[in-house]
Amino acid sequence: MTGPIIDGIIKAFQLLFSLDPEVYSIVLRSLYISGLAVVMATLWSLPIAAILGLKNFRGKRFLRGSFNAFIGFPTVVLGLLLFLLFSRSGPLGSFGLLFTPLMISIGQAILITPILVSFITSAVEAIDLSLRDLARTLGSTEIQASIAILREASGGVILAILAAFNRAFAELGVAMMVGGNIYGRTRLLTTAIALETNRGDIPFSIALGVILLAIVYTLNITINYLRRR
Amino acid sequence: MRYVFTYITVKCMKKYYGIILIAIIISAVGIAAWALNAPQDKVILTVSTTTSLYETGLLDVLDTKFEECYPNINVTFIPQGTGLAIETAKRGDADMILVHDAVREEAFLAEGYGVNRKIVAYNYFVIVGPEDDPVGIEGLGPVEALLKIKAAGEAGDAVWVSRGDDSGTHAMEKRLWIAGGGDATELRETDWYWERGSGMTATLAMANEKRGYTLCDKGSYLKNFVPGNIDLVVLVETGSIDTLNVYSAIACDPQNPDLSHVKFDEAMKFINFLVSDEIQELLADFGVEEYGLTLFNPAVRVLAESTDSTVAEWIKQTAFMDGTECPTNKRYNAGDLSFLNVEIIPLLKWETSD
Repeated sequence: MTGPIIDGIIKAFQLLFSLDPEVYSIVLRSLYISGLAVVMATLWSLPIAAILGLKNFRGKRFLRGSFNAFIGFPTVVLGLLLFLLFSRSGPLGSFGLLFTPLMISIGQAILITPILVSFITSAVEAIDLSLRDLARTLGSTEIQASIAILREASGGVILAILAAFNRAFAELGVAMMVGGNIYGRTRLLTTAIALETNRGDIPFSIALGVILLAIVYTLNITINYLRRR
Repeated sequence: MRYVFTYITVKCMKKYYGIILIAIIISAVGIAAWALNAPQDKVILTVSTTTSLYETGLLDVLDTKFEECYPNINVTFIPQGTGLAIETAKRGDADMILVHDAVREEAFLAEGYGVNRKIVAYNYFVIVGPEDDPVGIEGLGPVEALLKIKAAGEAGDAVWVSRGDDSGTHAMEKRLWIAGGGDATELRETDWYWERGSGMTATLAMANEKRGYTLCDKGSYLKNFVPGNIDLVVLVETGSIDTLNVYSAIACDPQNPDLSHVKFDEAMKFINFLVSDEIQELLADFGVEEYGLTLFNPAVRVLAESTDSTVAEWIKQTAFMDGTECPTNKRYNAGDLSFLNVEIIPLLKWETSD
């Protein structure tokens, strides 16, 4: 029974190299939605991580522990929670966000926040604390000092962002449950693979799978390279 | 002495803690694997079928009944859309199919994958939408309703949610759109036609969220409406040939070299079971208590004895293949199963969608 698999792979590469518009629109949409998610999540994760890494306060250990624990948050549970919140009968239903691309971005942003916070906090903590004191003695404010530290930790920040993008891009649960996998609107690489495999369009699934793998693989190679440096 | 033992035990535990843990894990995995693969004395009959039958809970009832009659057979259902159910059977992953799309059933038989097709039940499709019906399709025929929804959709006033999963319902929907001069591959590029690519319950949920319209079989609609999951209402219900929905059972053809492994005898037992008087009566009663009406009307007596000649005629028009339930060359070791042949004059022939 290897016939269909080989046929599928051949057809998949034909789709890839013929620049099939449906394939590429799905790829671009996935990149755009996950990219937006990373931008949003980075905006709120940087200050959280700076506070966690530089300040001492009650409950800090608990907070850090929580963010660490939520790195493995099941995507389907998050999808379910968001669905209940944003459904028409839910408390946030009036925004009308359910089944929109923005909703997927928000969901993915929440999903990857623990990764960003944990990784960036670790990177910040790894920076020599005397640097902060030095910055402060040179007359800079608390915020300026934090920014200086974050800049110093930029390698770790980039690593965190790549890992977060990776997670958002390859996740299925949130995109399926709050996006709804609507053709031309909220259909992403992962949801399309799930659908087309179910529908029996195996070559299409393989083509999308090859692209998904290629992107994730490249990202991980980059992450490993950065980590070694 | 006791202390010595305790001491030794603790000491050993510490020393071999890792090894003991690994041994426990390995044995747990081993037991689980054995339990999952343990040789069973039951024959597993796999039926790939449609989501509508599954989601209404009918199949669970049939499963229990069938296993009471045949304790050595274990029936498992794979609920999928009709298109996928057929694909699954063609790949050899199912022993029989229980589906509702005569056009693809005919192709399935013609391509040499199935034998002994038997019509089991029928009901009707309805078009559902928001209670205030902004487009105003209530009481129209299905094609007129779709045309009106299309016009409103183009003006930005309506949303149509399509199954988009190659199911029998999706096929019916495409036929209705074609009858109204629309084509699904063009429609899905528009802003108001949303292709969901999912089962009936998920599609209804989306239509409910977005106050959109969709096509649905009556059974799935009631299953979601009665418990209050959706507040969509039925707006178009003709209960006529243009929205007729016919379910058939087909055994996979063991003569096909790719399907020689299928459990044909068990599949035939299940088909005979489905068309038996007892189960046909059970169908008539199924859902009456909970929903106030029959979800799947039994089709066998209607056809054989023409108890309702109008419906019988409709079924013959839409779900027969050249005047028969199952072409003569597609009958194989059917045993007691009889197939209906009639002379029909086509009144209405659906165009094929692809």
